[in-house]
Amino acid sequence: MNRRKFFRMFLSIACLATPFLSAPARAAESGELTVYAAASLREVFQNIALIFEKQHPNLKVHFNFAGSQDLRVQIDQGAKVDVFASADWKHMKPLATEGLVVAPTVFARNLPVVVVPKDNPSKVATFVDLAKVKHLVVGAPEVPVGAYTENIFTAAEKLQGKVFAEKVRANVRSRELNVRQVLTKVAMGEGDAGIVYRTDALTMPDKVEIIEIPASINVVAEYPIAALQAAPHADLARDFVKLVLSKEGAKVFSAAGFGTAEAQAKK
Amino acid sequence: MVGLGGTLLLFLVLPFVALLLDGGPDSILRGLGCALTWPAMRLSLGTSLTSVGLVVLGGTPLAWWLARSRWRSARWLEILLQLPVVIPPAVGGIALLLAFGRRGLFGGVLERLGWSPAFSSIAVVMAQVFVSAPFYMQAAVQAFGRLDRNLLAVGRSLGASPPRLFFRVALPLARPWLIGGAAMTWARALGEFGATLMFAGNMTGKTQTLPLAIYTALELDIHTAQALSLLLVAFAFALLLFLRRFNRNLEVSRKTAMP
Repeated sequence: MNRRKFFRMFLSIACLATPFLSAPARAAESGELTVYAAASLREVFQNIALIFEKQHPNLKVHFNFAGSQDLRVQIDQGAKVDVFASADWKHMKPLATEGLVVAPTVFARNLPVVVVPKDNPSKVATFVDLAKVKHLVVGAPEVPVGAYTENIFTAAEKLQGKVFAEKVRANVRSRELNVRQVLTKVAMGEGDAGIVYRTDALTMPDKVEIIEIPASINVVAEYPIAALQAAPHADLARDFVKLVLSKEGAKVFSAAGFGTAEAQAKK
Repeated sequence: MVGLGGTLLLFLVLPFVALLLDGGPDSILRGLGCALTWPAMRLSLGTSLTSVGLVVLGGTPLAWWLARSRWRSARWLEILLQLPVVIPPAVGGIALLLAFGRRGLFGGVLERLGWSPAFSSIAVVMAQVFVSAPFYMQAAVQAFGRLDRNLLAVGRSLGASPPRLFFRVALPLARPWLIGGAAMTWARALGEFGATLMFAGNMTGKTQTLPLAIYTALELDIHTAQALSLLLVAFAFALLLFLRRFNRNLEVSRKTAMP
């Protein structure tokens, strides 16, 4: 290729790429609220955003859904964020201690459940049947769902005995890095059973069956939300948090299978 | 010209410098002490070398055939073989599951034979071969395609059989490129993450390779993850350097052998 040809090609590629290059710059303009939220909140927060955008017609809510840990690292590294919603306290507390977020509050709760593929090859009927599952898939202990799973196993050990817990742990074939991966493996039939949040399980009603974990050994996952101290749109950020904590917000969360902060208070 | 090149160089090198500066030597020591490190290191080394071996074993004859084929579909096949580079590795992992998973196209057949790759080290190798083979294939097809046809014709006219022609003429001539391609394949296999996570899962000692261990550590503490990353980078750097040296020595020895 001669030099002129090369240059012409370079120019045409550069022109093609320009619209993509300009996209991030737009985010800095006002009229966009940036919300970092845990991956398990994807569907439900998109519904919240619809309500919020109706209340603020000239505003667009911009999401970043990922594991709470990844989001926390990005915030620690100075990402410009208005609101942060975490899947556990572990990743919210340090940010509060550093003074990066304002008054985190629990807005939703989630319950771990056992999921099995629709045809249930290992014939799991109750939690104790996990002792006979060949391919059990759980979250890694480093991620929230895996830490909760470990708590459940420990509680089960006290109730059902050491042998049971050992059997269940020996059946674990994979420790996935987020809850959706656990769900995917079970939905695709790679895993015969897995432990995920109820709300995740409810997103695939035609692929997986839910089996409850006895309340005596189960744990409740708490989701805290907070506006960032350095939020580029502080007022809007506060409004968004307010909406999430409101009755209207609670309706959206309970429709998706979350336990709400209100329901818990009544108990 | 120099400015453009320099900018790219800086852009490519700075992240590694930052990783090194932020971590430092204690960080590497901490990485060595992390419980996830050694099982992952052993597994990564074993699986990635197995993958390279398999790719070279199958890829060399395939590339030889593709490079010399006058069949038009061979060009299409070449492009098809490059596809794993383009698709996101996680999608590659899903595709592997759909093909070889327990409910996959061939999964049922495999399981009836009493064997399932799910959640095993074999699945790790399968994922690595899938994503890394294109690098070797690309190099090998080009290397064989570039061979001087006259040399091969001379060899044939002197009565060399096709296998002899391949092993005594084509292979030695193409060797530097083949080794370069194998090195790229090895590097890609070593760094493989997405497809492995999807297809093989994440289990210490069985399917948790170094990149998966790094990602797992990232959930714990970013410094441990950094330390493990430094380890991976240092390790890869050393091996690529060694391969390059080895390659150069080969060339020097050949040039001196064939004055």
